[in-house]
Amino acid sequence: MSSAAPRDLRNDITEHLRERALWIRRRSFRMVYEAQLGHPGGDFSAADILATLYFGVLRYDPRKPNDPNRDRFVMSKGHCTGAFYSVLAAAGYFPEDMLSTYMQPQSMLNGHPNRNYLPGVETNTGPLGHGLPVATGIAIAGQLDGADFRTFVLTGDGELQEGSNWEAALTAGHRKLENLTLIVDRNRLQQGARTEDTAGLDPLDDKWGSFGWHVEMVDGHDYAQLYEVLRRSPKGRGKPLCVIANTIKGKGVSFMHDNVSWHHGVPNKEQFEQAMRELV
Amino acid sequence: MSAAAPAAAGMFDCRDAFSATLEALAETDPRIVTVVSDSVGSSKLVNFRKRWPERVVNVGIAEQTVVAVGAGLANGGKVPFVSAAACFLTGRALEQIKADVAYSNTNVKIIGQSSGIAYGELGPTHHSIEDMAWLRPLTNLTLIVPSDPWETEQAIRAAASHEGPVFVRVSRMPVPMLERKTGAQFEIGESEMLAGGDDLAIIANGVMVHRALAAAKTLASEGIHARVVNMSTVNPLDTDAILSAAKTGAILTVEEHSVRGGLGGAVAEVVAGTDPVPMRIMGFSGFLPTGSAEWLMQHFGLTADGIAQTARELIARKRT
Repeated sequence: MSSAAPRDLRNDITEHLRERALWIRRRSFRMVYEAQLGHPGGDFSAADILATLYFGVLRYDPRKPNDPNRDRFVMSKGHCTGAFYSVLAAAGYFPEDMLSTYMQPQSMLNGHPNRNYLPGVETNTGPLGHGLPVATGIAIAGQLDGADFRTFVLTGDGELQEGSNWEAALTAGHRKLENLTLIVDRNRLQQGARTEDTAGLDPLDDKWGSFGWHVEMVDGHDYAQLYEVLRRSPKGRGKPLCVIANTIKGKGVSFMHDNVSWHHGVPNKEQFEQAMRELV
Repeated sequence: MSAAAPAAAGMFDCRDAFSATLEALAETDPRIVTVVSDSVGSSKLVNFRKRWPERVVNVGIAEQTVVAVGAGLANGGKVPFVSAAACFLTGRALEQIKADVAYSNTNVKIIGQSSGIAYGELGPTHHSIEDMAWLRPLTNLTLIVPSDPWETEQAIRAAASHEGPVFVRVSRMPVPMLERKTGAQFEIGESEMLAGGDDLAIIANGVMVHRALAAAKTLASEGIHARVVNMSTVNPLDTDAILSAAKTGAILTVEEHSVRGGLGGAVAEVVAGTDPVPMRIMGFSGFLPTGSAEWLMQHFGLTADGIAQTARELIARKRT
């Protein structure tokens, strides 16, 4: 967006994004509660990023999911399907009532997304470290054709321990893929512990910078910051963009905040009801 | 690091057929791009790069990324030919081949170069005698093991026009051009009978086909009529031809691959469930000792004489 957007317009947009993100959190948590499966901590750290992308940034038409000129979004943290499926349904890719089939036998809504089942999914993810390399290939296709679509990819932070990301980082930096934007959901928790107590990533901005990327650090729960950095035109930047979105795992529900046990913890009835009382 | 001797007169390196065919296709189809991991020379793509430098996407020595970028390019409307040494490409990037290509069902063509034991003396790290076993269970992934330059060209053309993932195993071991009837055609999933016979069936593919044909000639001089079937497509398998082969009462499979999980395994899976028949599976039994590709073939009996001898042993216990 132009940073000169009128103040009131910006407020309207952030209010809109807040409502969408709240819906994603409530809906995804219900999915996880009903399935008694899922990754709600990461759903919640990513919810504001996904809402901003789908309702403020991405150019897409859910009736034409294969439009060659669509912006691409690659969900590399494919385990966070609660949030991802919710945002796809909210964006109009499939009916909302399909969400209640999450992980049920024969459901289109597998634990990890499948492009052959669901429109709006660009590539099948689940194993970590796959999204950025594929997104790099999509961006190269766009670069070769001089196309004006953009490619966005969302990774977790623990996921960056996979070496495949750094192979792709080299290639994307080398080819100056300004049409490629990586968003790192930097919630500092991986499945078993803090990232910095496992295989530390800091200083993460320096790492991406040294690979030839332009780096921006934002509060991953601040809609105005996300909106501005993701909307800004990449033209002329001459580098791929890495947005390190500092987030909180479990953001939005007090007992889940920054709590590693909610990586793939699932709520009992009482916890579910308390979360619904808080997510308003 | 060329380990194979230069091809003798009348013998061919199938990589040349690969690159010439790809250039011919690229002339008329602008969607075709190549994706390499510092493997331009070893894929014989130097001339392709000279003609279309922007259509060679070189990601550096990074097999996981070379496959994933191929999947991304397909998403962006390209027809990517990912080409690198088969040993690294299939072993290092197996999960990308599984998730980004086969499971995602993307229109990616993967060319495993210098497959099998072509790298000879360089040793088991550089041999690719496990690739069929790794790739065969992957749904959606067509697997083709061409036998000579003609079939390599046909396989590359078929891969380009097939909508979906394809793996083509391209050897650098010298092979002759096989004799075929005029008008022979290649179809994915269809084997070809190169010699008729009902005493037993030899099912082979890749660089073993011409050796199997030579073995059949020797056997014929002894009054043993061996059918020789070129099973170049391993996925999807020509089960009709296998069931027909079973009717001879004995099947010998020959492949430049491990005896576990390759063509022999595929054939055995078919007959075990339908028409069990005595079989022998010829190939390599494990990591190989030092030696040139041809020395390894000789040492492990993967020669016309070795195939003929195994056929005689098998006939002695064929089903009657």
